[in-house]
Order: sequence, then C-alpha cells, then structure tokens
Amino acid sequence: MQILEIAAEFEKKPHQNLLNGRVIASLFFEPSTRTRLSFESAIQKLGGNVIGFSSAATSSVQKGESLKDTILTVCNYSDLIVMRHPVDGSARFASEVASVPIINAGDGANQHPTQCLLDLFSIKKTQGTLENLEVTFVGDLKYGRTVHSLVIALCQFNTKFHLVSPVELKLPSAVKRHIKEANLQYEQYTDFSEVIPKSDIIYMTRIQRERFPDPLEYEKVKNAYILDNSMLNNAKENCRILHPLPRVNEISINVDDNPKAYYFEQALNGVFVRQALIASILGLK
Amino acid sequence: MNTKRKELIVSAISNGTVIDHIPADKVFQVIRILDLEESEKEIYFGTNLVSKKYGRKGIIKISEKYFKPSETDKIALVAPTATLIEIRDYEVTRKTTVNIPDSIERIAKCFNPNCITNKEQVPTKFKVIKIDGEIKLACHYCEKNTSQNNMVFN
Repeated sequence: MQILEIAAEFEKKPHQNLLNGRVIASLFFEPSTRTRLSFESAIQKLGGNVIGFSSAATSSVQKGESLKDTILTVCNYSDLIVMRHPVDGSARFASEVASVPIINAGDGANQHPTQCLLDLFSIKKTQGTLENLEVTFVGDLKYGRTVHSLVIALCQFNTKFHLVSPVELKLPSAVKRHIKEANLQYEQYTDFSEVIPKSDIIYMTRIQRERFPDPLEYEKVKNAYILDNSMLNNAKENCRILHPLPRVNEISINVDDNPKAYYFEQALNGVFVRQALIASILGLK
Repeated sequence: MNTKRKELIVSAISNGTVIDHIPADKVFQVIRILDLEESEKEIYFGTNLVSKKYGRKGIIKISEKYFKPSETDKIALVAPTATLIEIRDYEVTRKTTVNIPDSIERIAKCFNPNCITNKEQVPTKFKVIKIDGEIKLACHYCEKNTSQNNMVFN
C-alpha cells in the first residue's frame, strides 16, 4: 500500500533526479517490450542509467553461462537489477545470490509482481478505493499469471469476484482456495454480458489459440469473450476496463474512445509504480 | 500373540531397522525412495498385513541399516504413520514414530519441470504443507506444490 502512495507522488511529479547517475541493470532473458520499456522509462525519469540486454540471445546465456554467474557478474556493475526470466523461481534464486536488490519483472509462469502493483494502483485510482468492489475477470483465467496475482491480492479488500471464461480456462482451484480462505464470494460464468452491469472493474485477458488441445474448441469460444462498445451501455458509471496488454481482438477498437476504457492509462501507471518501487528499495526520497 | 504372528509372516532380523505401520499402498514407494532396490543387505517386506489400528498396513525389515534424519524425513513424507524400530542383537533398542518435518532441503525434487531447481544447479527447498489432509511440498522457488504421488527424492 505504501508503494501505491509513493507511486501517486511520482504521478504528480514524474521527473525527479533521485537516482542521480546510479546504474540499474535491466536483464531481460526473454523479450517483454512493454515491461522493459516501462522499467527503463521509470529509471530514466529518476535520473538513472540503464545497462543490460533485451533477450537471452544477446547475452552470455548464449554461451552457456549459468544464471548465478550472470547475476554475480552484473552485481559488480550495478546498484539494482531488474530481471525478467522464462524460468519459474529464477528471481527468488537470483535475490539469494545477489549483493544488490533484485526486482522481479516476471519469472516464467510464476509471478509478475509489478504488474499486480500497477493493476492495484489503477483500480484504486479509478475507484477511489480498493475495498468492497465487484471485479470481473474475463478470458484465460487458467494460465493468466496476472489474473492469479491480482485475484490473490484483491482477497485483502473484500472483493466480490465474477469469473468469466471458457470451461477449459477456468481459474485454477489453488487460486480459488485463496478466495474461499478469505471468506469471499465468487461466481463463475461462461457468458459475460450479464455481469457487465454489476462490475466496477472488468479485467480482460487474451485467449490464446495454443491453450486449446483441440482447435475446434478454440473456434467455438474465440468470439464469446470479445468486449464490444455496444455491450457497455448498461455498465456502471464508475466501471473501468483494464487489460494487461498486449491486446489482440478481445477488446474491439471501438471501445478505445469510451471513457470507461482504461488500459493505456493502466500501462502508464506502470511507470509510476516502478519508479516508486525502485526509489523505495534504494531508500531514496 | 500378535507379535508372534507377524514374525511368522516376515522373518526377524538380528540387527537393523523395521519400518512398521506403513500405509499398505505406500510400501513400494518407501522401498523406492530409500533406494532399497540397490541395497545388498537382507530385506524383507510385506504389505496388506492386518493392522488393528489401520486396517491394512505394510512393513519393511532391513538388516544392518539404521536411518539418518534425512532418510526418516523422506519416510515421513510418504508414510506419515510409520514407526521405526531399531533392532540390535534381536532386541528392540529404540522405537520412534516418524515426524513430518516443517521444511526440507535438498532431499526432494520439484515436480515442475520449469522450476529453476530443475534448470540450473540450485538445491531444492520446500515447506511441507497439508492441503485437505494431503501432505504436499511447497517449492521455495517456483511456489508450485508437489503432491505425494509426484514426490521424487534425491
């Protein structure tokens, strides 16, 4: 919560020379344009310098170097490491061997904590609160890492969950257990038009063809989870549409001009949240 | 009477350890995790034996073998009801029940093939948790839970 408050300060005044030439390493062992640019923008707005690489192909991993060796080496050159890696648990391991702080910018299918923070920031900013909201998640709830993290985080705030997905892509029971343990309610749907009028937040995600063993099953459901502007006529005034991006076709472009569309501002919020995180970790005010 | 009957079913050992009260369906898994297939010591085992307490149980007797804590931790994870009876010169010298450890390091593998512990030389660490009565290993790194059936030990 403190990070969200600091992020709000950076939103008011994004350019602050707190890093004053410090060097931040941005190690992207797999490509992620949005997350990397957002971090690098945050670092530069804080007056820092960025070193690093944007894919494993351009790093010493190509030569067979272990993650431990890469991290130990880069610690010599930087004050903090931002790291994206395709292997689950890689960031936690890196933090155990590193002499400088590590920020996890996504580790395989495991966590993407800064996305979760920017989602929370976006919800708080648009709704004025995180408490007692009705949040609808739509699309791939089974494999969507950002969905899992956000559902678990929202369990702290008395959220009512609406879970809309094809049967094959339902929220995993391990995540639903968090909702149950928090004594909160969730409802599951395969059709989402009926939940739009109840929703304070609609969190859209992309359904990927490769998630379906049978291509015919994908063809059957692919159009059932597309949000079109006409569907938002009965939405609440305060309702906002979020999406972790990139979008393909799950939100029609005619939604973009609707004041309820918030996904591009959501991406901007990522910069403030990452500024807040870097400044807090390095104890800079 | 009961003891006598057990001795008739599975031969007595002069020195070594008896693992008793193994759930009947876990005997072969215990044999596997302790690498007893590779052992050259005398080993007797039985399963589906009648047990007053558990209905059916398994038992393994291993000659000239006493277990280290890391090995009893493994037994506890797959056979939490097991009792270890140490025998010296046909006498029971020590009888203990296994304790499920709170955490384990290095002895088990994470079932997630994309976990850092399966990709690089990183020793495993797990918290031992219970979900709906079943013991699971929660990986310190990838946060996935390895269930009893998927447990593989180093």
